[in-house]
Amino acid sequence: MMGPETNKYPRGKRDEEEEEEEEGEERGSEGIHHPLYTAEQMQTLALDDGIPFNGEVSTSKSYSNYRSAMTTLSSSAAEHPLIPPPAIATTPAVSDPLLFPSHNPSPDSPSYADVIYSPFHDSVPESNGNGEISKEVKISSPGSQSSSSEYLKISVSNPQKEVESSNSIVPGGNTYITYLITTSTNVLDYGGSDFSVRRRFKDVVTLSDRLSEGYRGVFIPPRPDKSVVESQVMQKQEFVEQRRVELEKYLRRLARHPVIKKSDELRVFLTVQGRMPLPTSIDVASRMLDGAVRLPKQLLVESRSVVEPQDVLHPAKGGRDMLRFFKELKQSVVNDWGNSRPLVEEDDKEFLKKKEKLWELEQHLTNASKQAESLVKAQQDMGETMGELGLAFIKLTKFENEQAVLNTQRVRAADMKTVAMAAVKASRLYRELNAQTVKHFDTLHEHMGLMLAVHNAFSDRSSALLTVQTLISELSSLHSRAEKLETASSKIFGGDKTRIRKLEDLKDAIRVTEDAKSCAIREYERIKENNRIETQRLDGERHADFVNMLKGFVTSQVAYSERIANEWAKVAEETSKYAKESSS
Amino acid sequence: MLNDISCRSRKSSPFAGTASCTPPRVILGPARLIRLCENKHDITTINEQQKSGSAPFVGSPRSPSSQSPYLKVSVSDPAKMGNGVQAYISYKVSTKTNFPEYDGPEKIVIRRYSDFVWLRDRLFEKYKGIFIPPLPEKNTVEKFRFGAEFIEMRRQALDVFVNRIASHHELQQSEDLRIFLQADEQTMERARSQETGIFLKKPADLMQIFKGVQSKVSDVVLGKEKPAEESDPEYEKLKNYIFQLEDHLAEAQKHAHHLVKRHRELGQSLSDFGKAVKLLGNCEESALGNAFSELGTPPLDEFEEPLKDYIRAVQSIKATITERANAFRQNCELAEAIKFKEIDMNKLRITRSEKLGEAQHEYEELKADGAEAARRFEKIVKLMNEEIIRFQEQKTLDMGLAFHEFAKGQADLANGIAAAWRSLLPKLEACSS
Repeated sequence: MMGPETNKYPRGKRDEEEEEEEEGEERGSEGIHHPLYTAEQMQTLALDDGIPFNGEVSTSKSYSNYRSAMTTLSSSAAEHPLIPPPAIATTPAVSDPLLFPSHNPSPDSPSYADVIYSPFHDSVPESNGNGEISKEVKISSPGSQSSSSEYLKISVSNPQKEVESSNSIVPGGNTYITYLITTSTNVLDYGGSDFSVRRRFKDVVTLSDRLSEGYRGVFIPPRPDKSVVESQVMQKQEFVEQRRVELEKYLRRLARHPVIKKSDELRVFLTVQGRMPLPTSIDVASRMLDGAVRLPKQLLVESRSVVEPQDVLHPAKGGRDMLRFFKELKQSVVNDWGNSRPLVEEDDKEFLKKKEKLWELEQHLTNASKQAESLVKAQQDMGETMGELGLAFIKLTKFENEQAVLNTQRVRAADMKTVAMAAVKASRLYRELNAQTVKHFDTLHEHMGLMLAVHNAFSDRSSALLTVQTLISELSSLHSRAEKLETASSKIFGGDKTRIRKLEDLKDAIRVTEDAKSCAIREYERIKENNRIETQRLDGERHADFVNMLKGFVTSQVAYSERIANEWAKVAEETSKYAKESSS
Repeated sequence: MLNDISCRSRKSSPFAGTASCTPPRVILGPARLIRLCENKHDITTINEQQKSGSAPFVGSPRSPSSQSPYLKVSVSDPAKMGNGVQAYISYKVSTKTNFPEYDGPEKIVIRRYSDFVWLRDRLFEKYKGIFIPPLPEKNTVEKFRFGAEFIEMRRQALDVFVNRIASHHELQQSEDLRIFLQADEQTMERARSQETGIFLKKPADLMQIFKGVQSKVSDVVLGKEKPAEESDPEYEKLKNYIFQLEDHLAEAQKHAHHLVKRHRELGQSLSDFGKAVKLLGNCEESALGNAFSELGTPPLDEFEEPLKDYIRAVQSIKATITERANAFRQNCELAEAIKFKEIDMNKLRITRSEKLGEAQHEYEELKADGAEAARRFEKIVKLMNEEIIRFQEQKTLDMGLAFHEFAKGQADLANGIAAAWRSLLPKLEACSS
């Protein structure tokens, strides 16, 4: 709980320098200054995660299974060998500070102080673009009491133009921008404490794609948009700076995500020098081409076209296996329009309810964001008009003073000046308040962005389900074909060599497909579990974030309203003689 | 004390904004106020003016029953009359006085806006040199809407108008004022319809006008195009001041007007945001949502009206400046005419014409007129000098009070907002722990 409220607000009247000092002091005693992760919030998270601690472990186990099955990571990833399951399982137990629920937040929660007294002091400050992490940021530790607090600090800076030296026919070649990405960490897996690499935006896209594939069902923070602009615009400083800021925000969000931050993909991205070893996302066109090439073969040699178990770990869409893609497409049509219900379907009522609520929430978020925007505009207008009024009075004051013939005019001019100065100050205060308000409302936008991640995670689930359903249909059709063949060949004594061979092939196919089916079901369950955990996590985070946002917003409203009131009260005091005169 | 009056909204500048139970505070004279409380028709102080004019006025006895002369007026009870295009608003004008010229200590009459206009025009005619208190705008379009706020603001402005007249040492003696305050409706209507500039002027005045035109024409013909104008540098300075002042005030008033709008918009968007946040679910957010809607800001018309009043007063001064210029020109023209007449007369004397007698008669008349014009002009000058001082002092007090009220209003508003927000913090705390 906050201390007596009256203690807080008078502090607002002190100078900026003093505020900085206080910041320093509080910094020492409190590890967290991120407005989104205040102490209380971390505690909430800790409690949330503390309960499904086992869930965390089992998730890790399924991650490890997945990893061992995954073959698409290129071998250069051997630098960080696939982490054996036990390591993953133990890492959270030992070093994940989120699971230390025993921390009590100190009474002087820093979020208010940050909010009021340092309007431009962002607790997660953006680096100033010079490669320096300008302020200390502890992202994931609930308090300095925990000795094994982990951190992963990232900053993006120093954009530079580089030329694509490759086999381009056009002289001069393509130019692109790279950014310096500096990381500082004490996470053991990283095998070092400071790293510095150069990456271009394409690399970020690759990272994001690999994460989507590797972490299906997880609410992965969405990456910055690709911008479809001319190359000239691409090189303009404003654009580059904007992109740098977005990249930094994105990477920091990844580093904050309890699951993603442990990913190999992120680690590789942040640490490996030179060319990034993650496999690039070959664009859809060439994949389609590849798939189209394979398709005729698949159709002709039908019995061979089974879905390998490891393939089911990826969605059909966007993959090379066109036949599989078409089969799943057919299955989805059957689902929607067929007469019978599929054997396995989304029956998790909880999930369905949650989904409904989330989409509703999305609507409300959009609405709230719109209203927030008008509020910001209204505050800005207010500040402007107040300022204009002040200026008009200042002009009047000068005028009266210059033209004064009678003393009463000078008196009036002095009164007017008082009012004018107060109006100008109030205008400035409104503007400051607005700057803070904008920052608070960032939370809304963050969460709106996260909705996209939620959409993706839920569609991971439905496409995995579709895979399962498709395989089941496949199996049943294989079985019926096998049956037919059996009954047909049993009529011929001794059997038909070709038929027998066909039957053998079918039995093979059935076996493989069974395996694939089990794999697909496991994958589906894994994704479901991810969804569930993430949904819970997000709910908790969202709740905490919104409470903090509102707290911050309300606190700054209080602080600034009081300051504005004080300014006017002074004027009222100085002009009170007119009131007294008029009353006697 | 200004806070005496038991009304919830403590609006106390001359033209408080909202239509709800607002006791209008009226600012008059350089040093004293008459406070009128609509609800009680209870006039608690009077304004006793000394006849000396510009000197600060001495304090006033409180009780109406004292023997010193008093004249108290109030404008109240606006009522819509008539239908459609013919519709207008009528006001009740109540007078309490012990002036001997008035019949009876109390009188109530019904008047409409054009009656007030009549009064203003009459006073303007008769009391040249005095800054006639300004009337609220005509607003022919807006009056059709007859919004409650508009009617109330107009009523207050009319109330102030009449009281300023009643408390001006010269104007309060006006017969037209007496007619306005006392006459029955037919008389009033007759008087009002007669007031149309030209028709009111005596034939002699008409001649003056023609003569004026004539001399102007001859001037032009003779190449003396420049109309006579005062060249007193101090007066020039004053005129400059007045004109520039109006511009400055207009700008300030524009922003004050916008400020009202901004306050309203801010209140609205706060409440909309609250509603949107409420939908985001959970206990604290709905509590917040409610609080947001309660934070709607009250309209703050307080500051705009005093500025508007200031501007109107300046415009009234401009009208007086015009009058002075007219009087000056008349004076000059008559002086010229007298000179020419003299020359004529001398000519006639030499030729021993029989027209000499007639010419002499005319000459005498001209001289009398000339003396009259000179007197008029000098009176205007003297009055204006006094009036300017009175105006400046009055305005300092008016604006001082207006500033005070505005500052208080802003402070109270901001404090209210701070308190309302603060009350939410414990709830938010509870929700996060």
